[in-house]
Amino acid sequence: MSQSAATGDDIGSGSQSSRISEAVIRIAGNSQDGIQSIGGFLARLAGRSEQEVMTMMTIPSTISGGPSIFQVRLGSGDVLSAGDEADVLLAFYQHSYENHISNLREGGILVYDSDHVEPNEEWLDKYRHIGIAISSLTVEAIGGTARDKGKNIYALGLIGRMFNLNLEKLERLINERFAAKGESVVKTAMDAFQSGYRYQSDDITNLFEFTSSEVDRSNQVVMSGNEAIGYGLIAAGVRFGAGYPITPWSDIMELLRRELPKYGGSFIQCEDEIASVSMAIGASYGGRVAVTGSSGPGISLKTEAIGWAVMAEVPLVVVDIQRGGPSTGLPTNVEQSDLNIACFGGHGDSPRVVLAAANVEDCFYTAMEAVDIARRYSVPVMLLSDQAIATRIEAFDEPKLEEICQDLTPDLTPTPTHKPYDLETKIGASRHRAPGTRIEDGRYPVVTGLEHDEWGHPSASPDLHEGMTHKRRNKLNALADELPIPEVYGADSGEVLVVGWGSTTGPLYEAVEKSGNNGQAISALKLRHISPLPKGLEEIFSRFKKIYVVEMNDGGVHGYGQLAGVLRARFADPRIRGINKTDALRWKVWEIIDRVNECRNADAAVTNA
Amino acid sequence: MSDSATLEAPPQDAEERQPVTKKEITADHPTWCPGCGDFSVLAIYYKLIQKRNIHHEKVTTVAGIGCSSRFPYFVQAHGAHYIHGRALSFASGVSLSRPDLHVFAFGGDGDAFSIGGNHFMHTARKNVKMTYVVMDNFVYGLTKKQTSPTSPLGFKSKTDNWGAFDRPINPMKLAISAGATFVARTSHTNPKHLLEMMDLAMDHDGFGFIECLSECTEFYAGAFDASNPRKGGEYLLVPEDHDVTDEAAAYKLAGEDFPGKFGVYYQVQRPTKNALEAGVSDAAKAKFEGKKDWEVLQTTFNRMK
Repeated sequence: MSQSAATGDDIGSGSQSSRISEAVIRIAGNSQDGIQSIGGFLARLAGRSEQEVMTMMTIPSTISGGPSIFQVRLGSGDVLSAGDEADVLLAFYQHSYENHISNLREGGILVYDSDHVEPNEEWLDKYRHIGIAISSLTVEAIGGTARDKGKNIYALGLIGRMFNLNLEKLERLINERFAAKGESVVKTAMDAFQSGYRYQSDDITNLFEFTSSEVDRSNQVVMSGNEAIGYGLIAAGVRFGAGYPITPWSDIMELLRRELPKYGGSFIQCEDEIASVSMAIGASYGGRVAVTGSSGPGISLKTEAIGWAVMAEVPLVVVDIQRGGPSTGLPTNVEQSDLNIACFGGHGDSPRVVLAAANVEDCFYTAMEAVDIARRYSVPVMLLSDQAIATRIEAFDEPKLEEICQDLTPDLTPTPTHKPYDLETKIGASRHRAPGTRIEDGRYPVVTGLEHDEWGHPSASPDLHEGMTHKRRNKLNALADELPIPEVYGADSGEVLVVGWGSTTGPLYEAVEKSGNNGQAISALKLRHISPLPKGLEEIFSRFKKIYVVEMNDGGVHGYGQLAGVLRARFADPRIRGINKTDALRWKVWEIIDRVNECRNADAAVTNA
Repeated sequence: MSDSATLEAPPQDAEERQPVTKKEITADHPTWCPGCGDFSVLAIYYKLIQKRNIHHEKVTTVAGIGCSSRFPYFVQAHGAHYIHGRALSFASGVSLSRPDLHVFAFGGDGDAFSIGGNHFMHTARKNVKMTYVVMDNFVYGLTKKQTSPTSPLGFKSKTDNWGAFDRPINPMKLAISAGATFVARTSHTNPKHLLEMMDLAMDHDGFGFIECLSECTEFYAGAFDASNPRKGGEYLLVPEDHDVTDEAAAYKLAGEDFPGKFGVYYQVQRPTKNALEAGVSDAAKAKFEGKKDWEVLQTTFNRMK
């Protein structure tokens, strides 16, 4: 917890209140306890206040029951990662207490449900223990016997009091959340909340107060990464999609199934992954970029169809919410091990576009960009996110919807002639013409997965195969020309540049911030465009002595992670090294700094030898 | 979907368009072997397009992989040659997103019942509006004589030298039990009957499935002689008193020994997937009447603050 001022008698009602700029709160319980909704309330509150917010949720892969945690980091400055250590741990059970105490910083505050948790003598000195009979006090507050219901809202009240959060805003949020379920539910929730908020103990009241932010964050929306992708696709004009349930992609499918009808569209739940991608491609062929998506094994299943879309030059967006692999792997853990399948999955030379979203806000805009590229280049676009971003809630500046929303109604204007695979087109990207378009010279296109001539008819001519292969690849080069050159985070030049993508970006940026303070400055580079790579990377790399690619995947037999492998293949630069891990947990800032230092020292040893 | 009005092509010049001629609808010369049954299915497809006076741009022909799946190349109209077994899923995507088009899908027995078996069942039960013609030749032809899912017991192929012993799929039974709403059987040897079945299938509001026996002269010559009067067989029609809405009767008909009967086995009206999805969409849209798409999204975002 960063304290901007030690204490301040002038703030709030409590005399011991500390002004802080940020705090990490971890809530640990079981998945049916509504842990996520406490996090959701805090995130929404932050979105309506001056605080930035980033949350992290882990859910067990079991259907119900089992341990569950939610971590929320609230701050007055930019919050880049979910936080390495918690300042406050709220533990509902003995296992929550024992398994998560190590995540609490020394001297941090442990709030535990004294109905379920027996404190460990050894830890009493290390952490400040505050026992509150959450379960029985909740029952007392709301009456009845629904022991597990309402505990989360009671705990929210406690947290509200500890951090002196805005009571009025929180009550409004609770009202909004439960209004649809009827007055009695609202009343019960409110009773539980107020009882928690009014809990009398010097230990807990007005411990902290957030400093005010320098930035105006008054107009923010709060959502998860998966929601941001769903709404980004809608904003971009997508009106059709198809999918099959798989964690952690399913949220997007459920959202689109619910939301698309409002726009005259629909999302179809299919019998399997292959049907899903095929139906989406069929709809894209029908004239409007469609979406499919999946995670882990589902992406493997879709690869043949994606290859068809490459060959047939039909636009498509494939969302991949990465989880731990291979095979069924770790369905509810994070990993960045699908970069290779996204770039290279499937047989044959099949160049496609790969984009990676770095945070929740980025999910929204990257989804929009994916649709745009798919349409303009008639190519499948793989949109990579991961379990960590998917389930995390962040607040971000509200997009200006009126300006950015697109209408992609198919254009069926008759055309004098149409060569579906014209080798002479400037950027190599022929425009797809949807069925229903009258072609006045009477020559109609067949889109096909067989190698073909310019009219779409099968041909195994050596020149044509080479020409068409070049055409499919050249349009990616044309796209690369128009991509913005990525910006270095931190100093423009120096000793170490860490390169990352996806959810690794936040911790990398924070590592840059932290490293700046101890004289071992590093800079970071985030890549959103993985295939094709943007121009200008060579020049950026030339400004640094060492380039470390930090990823949540394995270094493989050659010692380089998946992005590192792509960069080495592209730049043949021996300075590019991999920093990898596969513990299925997000990068912590200190881990990155430690590993960078290890590499730096090892390099120094080699240099000195 | 409900925005079908916007998908209609802009009005053409005032003069009446002439119906397409056979020449105009013909594209590449088929790659099929001489004598292949698929030629007559193609010829009947041209006839159907002419008879129904459909213009080029309104024809969408989709196929997967196999000899018969080369179909789209031979038709001068919009078409897609998709991957093996998944033509129905692709065709569903076109059908569900483009209510202004009638989608035709063509395939063979391997494409439909083996690699695409799952999609066949689910497209049937979802009753996605389209016409699906399976040219069933009881053998893998493109890959040169391996056992197919409809190869009869004892059929000697390169993968069953000693004679096939896996029980074959009965396409009629499969379609009926999966929930198809139009199930018919015909043969390439009887073009008049084939055209009649395709006409009926096209009129059917839902998933119209036709099994068309189509002889592979190269790898399974004579397979359907028992149904061909010119080869000493009998082409027996579904009895006139057969009740096409009676699922049990249709199933019984499907259980008859080869060559069985030809005609419509089963036909019922059930809401199409297309209509059901459009209904959901119309109801959802009604709540936002007069709002632009961005305003609808804004309403959602306002709740996320």
